[in-house]
Amino acid sequence: MSAPVKHADGTAGLAEAVAAATGESVFNCYQCGKCTAGCPLAEEMDLAPNQVLRLLQLGQPGMDEEVLGSLSIWLCLTCEQCSTRCPQEVDIPKITDWLRQESQRRGVANKKAKAILAFHKSFLDTIRRGGRLHEVGLITTFKLRTWRLFQDVLVAPKLLARGKLSILPHRIEGHAGVKRIFERCEAEPANPAHKGDQA
Amino acid sequence: MPRIGVFICHCGENIGATVDCAAVAQAAGRLPGVVHAVDYKYMCSDPGQSLIKEAIREKRLTGVVVGACSPRMHEPTFRRACAEAGLNPFLCEMANLREHCSWVHEKGEVTTQKAIDLVRMLVEKVKRNRPLTPIRVPITKRALVLGGGIAGIQAALDIANAGHKVVLVERDPSIGGHMAQLSETFPTLDCSQCILTPRMVEVAQHPNITLYTYSELESLDGFIGNFRATIRKKARSVDESLCTGCGACIQKCAQKKIPSEFNAGLGRRTAIYVPFPQAVPNKPVIDRARCTYYKSGRCKLCEKACPTKAIRFDQEDELVTIDVGAVVVATGYDVKPTSFFPEYGYGEYKDVITGLQFERLASASGPTLGEIRRPSDNEVPKKIVFIACAGSRDPAKGIHYCSKICCMYTAKHAMLYSHKVHDGQAYVFYMDIRAGGKMYEEFVRRAVEEDHVRYVRGRVSRIYQKDGKLIVKGVDTLLNSRPVEVEADLVVLATAMTAQPDAEELAQKLKVSYDGDKFLNEAHPKLRPVEMNTAGIFVAGACQAPKDIPETVAQASGAASKVAGMFSRDELSREPVVAVVNRQPPPVWSTCVGCFLCETACAYQAIEREEIRGRDGSLIRTIAKVNESVCQGCGTCVALCRSKSIDLQGYTNEQVYAELLAL
Repeated sequence: MSAPVKHADGTAGLAEAVAAATGESVFNCYQCGKCTAGCPLAEEMDLAPNQVLRLLQLGQPGMDEEVLGSLSIWLCLTCEQCSTRCPQEVDIPKITDWLRQESQRRGVANKKAKAILAFHKSFLDTIRRGGRLHEVGLITTFKLRTWRLFQDVLVAPKLLARGKLSILPHRIEGHAGVKRIFERCEAEPANPAHKGDQA
Repeated sequence: MPRIGVFICHCGENIGATVDCAAVAQAAGRLPGVVHAVDYKYMCSDPGQSLIKEAIREKRLTGVVVGACSPRMHEPTFRRACAEAGLNPFLCEMANLREHCSWVHEKGEVTTQKAIDLVRMLVEKVKRNRPLTPIRVPITKRALVLGGGIAGIQAALDIANAGHKVVLVERDPSIGGHMAQLSETFPTLDCSQCILTPRMVEVAQHPNITLYTYSELESLDGFIGNFRATIRKKARSVDESLCTGCGACIQKCAQKKIPSEFNAGLGRRTAIYVPFPQAVPNKPVIDRARCTYYKSGRCKLCEKACPTKAIRFDQEDELVTIDVGAVVVATGYDVKPTSFFPEYGYGEYKDVITGLQFERLASASGPTLGEIRRPSDNEVPKKIVFIACAGSRDPAKGIHYCSKICCMYTAKHAMLYSHKVHDGQAYVFYMDIRAGGKMYEEFVRRAVEEDHVRYVRGRVSRIYQKDGKLIVKGVDTLLNSRPVEVEADLVVLATAMTAQPDAEELAQKLKVSYDGDKFLNEAHPKLRPVEMNTAGIFVAGACQAPKDIPETVAQASGAASKVAGMFSRDELSREPVVAVVNRQPPPVWSTCVGCFLCETACAYQAIEREEIRGRDGSLIRTIAKVNESVCQGCGTCVALCRSKSIDLQGYTNEQVYAELLAL
């Protein structure tokens, strides 16, 4: 028996959407700050993890947009220290994951997160293609997406010499299964049962 | 010849580490009159006490000095030991070598010398001690309970059920107090009236309880076990023995728009009224200040309507005097009105109300029959703001304490609102959430997690009106102190709980102490929480400090058990440290000249006049006499007596001078 979560202006708020999509209630958070205290990236974030939840809880005009446009949701490493330690058992990475999708869907992703987003996309592209990570493919597509052509090129010969980079991609045996995973995720983007990165 | 024994205690290391106890004992042994002196590690222990007892028997001691801790700590212990060995307990004195010496000085010869001096003083005193016997005081086994709220009701019922008579005095027309006004109670949300009204009825019907409503304590004299209370029964203007409580008078009353106290000003009542339908007794009173007849001399509509002719316009206040043995003070609390807050509209905004007013809005018996409708236009508020710590924890407003119950009742209010207004949103501005108590934290979390009450951590700086809305300007300190503005339809202030406006006057009437906030003081904050500094007077409920219903009831039952414990004996025994006027053989009779300065000076009315008559009954002289059961042994009369005719037993002038001259 939960009361409806409404925006200050009466429209459904992001907190409600989070609950519907992930099953997680941001109202469980009591703002102790343990998540932020343990977050390895909190210092780099524009909004600390507990503040992301706080904005969702308060739901005043502009607060939902602030969350979706924040850099924090993209900086999250999904290391899950926050949720492991949370006394109220709020699954923050799960919420963050959904916030990334929603941010993408609305086209409001933080501009500083462009490279991170490009990396995510390039990573998924190689998985889609071969069923497993192909480093050279990942690097190439990432560089083409971001035009960071010369970044880290000097380490390439060393890695090649040690056999860490293979020029040609491998294809795994169950590639068809991987393909199906992608298809299903893309068909039902908001289904909480699927936790894949939709980028 | 005096035969004094001196016993020096090390108190473990407390004294022993700073004072050379053996040296003190040796020095004491050389004092004139001392026939026995020893030191021991723990004199209060069983073997320590045995040392004293054996010495008393073997050395035929006539006085004992124990050099140890404060007499407040162990004087009763050592006196008991002496009594067990056959020595009058008042021939035992303590030299305080701990608080007065070892604890406050560095280790050294001078410190030991001071300890020796202290012992020498007491030796000189104890030589002049005389055997005394405790004073026995009879007990009137009837209790007076002041205040008919839940605290008074609980205390009265517990004492009455223990088999003792109780007089319950309530100044309002009905018992029930604030609890009768509440809608539901945290953390179980059970209905306040449903659990209270059966108790109220029980009070009215209990054979051991005499109920005086619409009455106030006029004065209280006497002392523990023997108080005399005068109670003013205010004129109800209704003959209670004739009135059947039919209510015909109320329907006819011409005055219908008087703000109802029971509804915290949100409802209206008539001039002849019963505060609420479940009132006990369910008999009306006439509010003479508001009644048309008393104002203009005409009307008497109620008298015409009354089928039993019970209206008495000429009734007068009645003074009743009752002897009681104990008093339980349970006079309750008040809350600050909204007018106390300039920044929240100075009480001028109709839709800024107090928590108590919200209770009435949420109550099924309230002015809106339990629907949440705001006072200004009777609309259902869609956005409601609760402000905790309104006045509490605000030294600038003169209130530094936490009112303790607001966190919980605010959570309850927000919850009740959410349950009643499904499309509404509740906000709570708070500083901290203090939810210590069984199921309390869980209750607050339920308001947040299940009812999605929006808690904002920060104080509200201002409320102002704009386009029919109340703009609440606050801050969210959890978001780097970002300003938060809420356009509210109704604002509820959890205003500070304060002492009753006349608490000070009452305290002075009862001669009990009170704190800077006018809350009554318990005798000890931890170990004597229901007793007061004046023996025989006990305290229960929010007149002592802000507290919730469970705590109030617990304290009331505690006070009641103290009273019942006291009443389980037929007489009290107290220390004979009282003043006495000397008596001499004829023809002097007494050195008292009968000036009675002492009578004027005595704060306890303990000085009486005694007539000395000859064998033929002729009056020889009138002299002062101390009523030893009233005397508190303060010594004021001793200091004032011009003929040095009064002395304080146990602390006679002779004893005190001897002590000082020994230095």
